[in-house]
Amino acid sequence: MSETVLRLEGVHKSFGETAVLQGIDLTVSSHEVVALIGASGSGKSTLLRTINLLERLDDGQIWLRDVDITDPQIKHDAVRARIGVVFQSFNLFPHLSVLDNVTLASRHVLGVDRGAAEARGRELLSRIGLADQAKSFPDRLSGGQQQRAAIVRAIATNPELLLLDEITSALDPELVTEVLDLVRELKADGTTIIMATHEMAFARDVADRVVFLDRGIIVEEGPPSQVFGSPREARTREFLGRFTAG
Amino acid sequence: MTSHDASARQPSSIELGRRAVRRRQNTKSVLVAIISTVAFAFIAWLTLINTPGWAVVQRTFFSPEVAIEALPRVWDGFLLNLRVLFFAVIGVLVLSIVIATVRTLRGPVFFPLRAIAAGYTDLFRGLPLIIVLYLVGFGIPGLQAPGDERIPSAVLGTVALVLTYSAYVSEVFRAGIEAVHPSQRLAARSLGLSHGKTMRLVVLPQAVRKVTPALMNDFVAMQKDVGLISVLGAVDAVRAAQIETAQAFNFTPYVVAGLLFVLLALPMIRLTDWYTARLRAREQIGGIV
Repeated sequence: MSETVLRLEGVHKSFGETAVLQGIDLTVSSHEVVALIGASGSGKSTLLRTINLLERLDDGQIWLRDVDITDPQIKHDAVRARIGVVFQSFNLFPHLSVLDNVTLASRHVLGVDRGAAEARGRELLSRIGLADQAKSFPDRLSGGQQQRAAIVRAIATNPELLLLDEITSALDPELVTEVLDLVRELKADGTTIIMATHEMAFARDVADRVVFLDRGIIVEEGPPSQVFGSPREARTREFLGRFTAG
Repeated sequence: MTSHDASARQPSSIELGRRAVRRRQNTKSVLVAIISTVAFAFIAWLTLINTPGWAVVQRTFFSPEVAIEALPRVWDGFLLNLRVLFFAVIGVLVLSIVIATVRTLRGPVFFPLRAIAAGYTDLFRGLPLIIVLYLVGFGIPGLQAPGDERIPSAVLGTVALVLTYSAYVSEVFRAGIEAVHPSQRLAARSLGLSHGKTMRLVVLPQAVRKVTPALMNDFVAMQKDVGLISVLGAVDAVRAAQIETAQAFNFTPYVVAGLLFVLLALPMIRLTDWYTARLRAREQIGGIV
């Protein structure tokens, strides 16, 4: 039986007058891959950022395992170190080599010594075929290579949860596959993943559960076959209809 | 990978024609530039030597004998300027990075530090350097007991330079820190790095690269401002030139000291220009505008 990794209850967040999240309840089990779908501005990215404490909640609670991470006395950096994040625009550090990007958190957050961190970093890089680029700087890599390096940077510290925020949206179409293949591998390894995505075919193929967000609430969730095959809600049908038509 | 060796290809006759035209245009503009420069310099020279007092000015400002006579003393003073510059640069770098970092701290706890740092940069960017020199140079020794050994005026001058220049340079660093895209900070924090480690490992290294040309420019400005420590009585190049001038009744030693400062600054000025041009070239790959 799989255990609960993450639990959200009644999560609210507004930016000024705009209510972005209006009461989100969500539970994610270990080894589960959850796809967040929804139009731009539906709150997917904000939800991921609140989970990683990069945004402060207006209300509600979030538990990572059995720790309430919305408790103001919790150490934010320690929570963030347990959660990996990959961004739409890669956000690799341009002044560091690929290997230094990958080993930065191990060395300076977990305190792993340089030799061990680099051994693990090189192993991860060779897994994604970038071993001979370890000493290159990020601007020498293609977009797909940069994003794969960013994923490896996020998993180098063995996080309990991986958040992927529209990681293929900034890539040329021919580079999307190599990034998605890596996500597939991570799923096979048993990584717990929450991903915001516009790649419906991929969500259908890889996700264990699909969550449809609209205007800051979860309208519908369920296995991909149900959400994509026979959506219950009119808003879901309308959203998916726009995708297949477009 | 397919290789594209650009040099192996023979250019077409159209391209060869274009190159010939560009070469002719280039030769023409260089010629025009040379002729106009020579003509301008000649006219300026003629005007100068035909002014009624030129002969006297030439004797009192550009006398080779006085220059050779004064050079050893002025050079000794100049070495003091170099030492002051060396320590001032280190002091400015350390203090300004600290001030800039303090000014970017968030949270109410750091309000007093932020306020002190902001007040410091406001005050010392507003105060003329010469006044800072007087206040530090004569004020700090005033705090000493009468019998104490006096702090050398070169040291006090260095302190005044560091105080004034750190106020400017810290603003340059702050601009650099703020020019690093927020997504970099976000990525670093998402890995679990603390605010301090994010600054040290991610933000500052990128900020320094962004502001290097501006920093080099401030360094050039400081190279000549080290000459102002002479007002405190330190026998630097300027003070040595003043003494020589008073002995020879001739202003040539000032010109000698000025030339030494220019020679010191030239390599740095060229280096700054070269580095700035290189940065621009890298950012505008393929552009012709």
